[in-house]
Amino acid sequence: MSAALELHRIGHAYFGQSVLNSIDLQIAPGEVVALVGPSGSGKSTLAHIAAGLVEPREGRVTPGYARHAMIFQEPRLLPWATAAQNIGFALRRAKLPRRLRPARVAEAARLAELEPQDLAKYPVELSGGMRQRVAIARALAVRPDFIFFDEPFTALDVALKRRMQDLVIAAAEEAQFAALFITHDLVEALRIAHRIAVLDLRGRGIAGLRILPGDPGARDEATTFALRQRFLTEDPLFRHIHDVDERRRP
Amino acid sequence: MTRILADRAARLLDFLWSGWAGLAALALLFACWQAGHETWGDFILPDPLATLGATWSLAISSESRGLLLLTAQRALAGFTLAAFSGAVIGIIAGYAPAVMRLARPLLTVVLGVPPIAWIVLTMMWFGTSGATVAATILISATPVVFVAAAEGIASRDRGLGTMAEVFRYGALGRFWFIDLRQAAAPLFPALALALGTSFKVAVMAEMLANAGGVGGALARARAMLDVPQALAWVVLAVIALVVVEYGLIRPMQAEIEGWRRAAQPWGVKK
Repeated sequence: MSAALELHRIGHAYFGQSVLNSIDLQIAPGEVVALVGPSGSGKSTLAHIAAGLVEPREGRVTPGYARHAMIFQEPRLLPWATAAQNIGFALRRAKLPRRLRPARVAEAARLAELEPQDLAKYPVELSGGMRQRVAIARALAVRPDFIFFDEPFTALDVALKRRMQDLVIAAAEEAQFAALFITHDLVEALRIAHRIAVLDLRGRGIAGLRILPGDPGARDEATTFALRQRFLTEDPLFRHIHDVDERRRP
Repeated sequence: MTRILADRAARLLDFLWSGWAGLAALALLFACWQAGHETWGDFILPDPLATLGATWSLAISSESRGLLLLTAQRALAGFTLAAFSGAVIGIIAGYAPAVMRLARPLLTVVLGVPPIAWIVLTMMWFGTSGATVAATILISATPVVFVAAAEGIASRDRGLGTMAEVFRYGALGRFWFIDLRQAAAPLFPALALALGTSFKVAVMAEMLANAGGVGGALARARAMLDVPQALAWVVLAVIALVVVEYGLIRPMQAEIEGWRRAAQPWGVKK
């Protein structure tokens, strides 16, 4: 089976300072891979390169998917458009006939568990969590077979973050998309992903990969907690994921 | 469709209702005017009712309407030129920092020259014609629109552009659906300001260049020391400006910037 996304020896630099080197990663169709690493290790840059938003200095990105979407750390909604129009914004370029768009917007809103009355509201009328739900619905509306998540729930409080994670788990199960999920939260990675990739402290390749037992939706709290404890205390791969001092980064 | 029409009707009624504040301000102005009249007498400041009577006489005269129309046409022609050129160059400067760096000192120079100096120069270049009026407006009003368009583009939220790129919007699509919408916020107040400048400069240029229109009529009223007539022309010019601003600029702004009402505590809650 060909990969949904293949990164081959990706390297990148900002202003002459290397931030990523020799990154190799393959993601299978329907697989969710969480990419963890300390702040400033180049996770977001890698996601942007993989999504085609940034041209890598070295290496090759081979997408095996038909259509992708991305969910950013901030919802990035158009302030002048209602929630429904924001979701529909993604459909303008998806070659979907205009008459079919309202149904697709409604379907995406259902997957993101948005209330119908919220669809007529402007982003300024919505809470932070609701805005992120709209961003998720916008991504799901194009029926992507690959989604890039760039630390989407970092700014949310703990309870809201869990609800959003559950939403992504359910949506991934229903829509069967593959995903690269960037996060620095190991518990989030353990809840959402099939596999965890740890980026090297200095962005020099993928330090290692761990396959997680079972499917994301079937993993209970005890399993997640046990895995977290084991990874942080026994597995040398995860030893440094919280260690970095961003002041020493280029 | 019904919902859209109902939304427009609600906004129009809301706007008309907000007119009470404007009427209150006008009543205050007329009260001050009346007080000034009673203090300084009829020759210096005719009473508001006499001025309104003179305004009405002018408004129903076809000759006066022709003069007003001529001034309005000149002001609008100059405004259109200024709005178009200011917006286009401003948008280019917003995207290209080098153009912005080059344009800034030029703007300082252009804005430093008083409009009256431009009128003298354009009179010498174009003679006493409508071109003098249009050229003066173009020079006076373009910088305001330029700065607003440039700032609007330069300070845009680039994250929205990246988001659009993810969803396969090309450069043109991102410009049209994202950047232009963001530039509209500072652009509309600048357009309203430029329109006001256009009318003021048009009247001034007509008066100095003896090019007819409201400015020419004002010059005649001044020569005959006819204060009520002069004030009546001023009132008519202001009415023409208000009609254009509230008939053209504000409805466009309300259409494009309507979402901001939702951010107000008393805004539209759906």
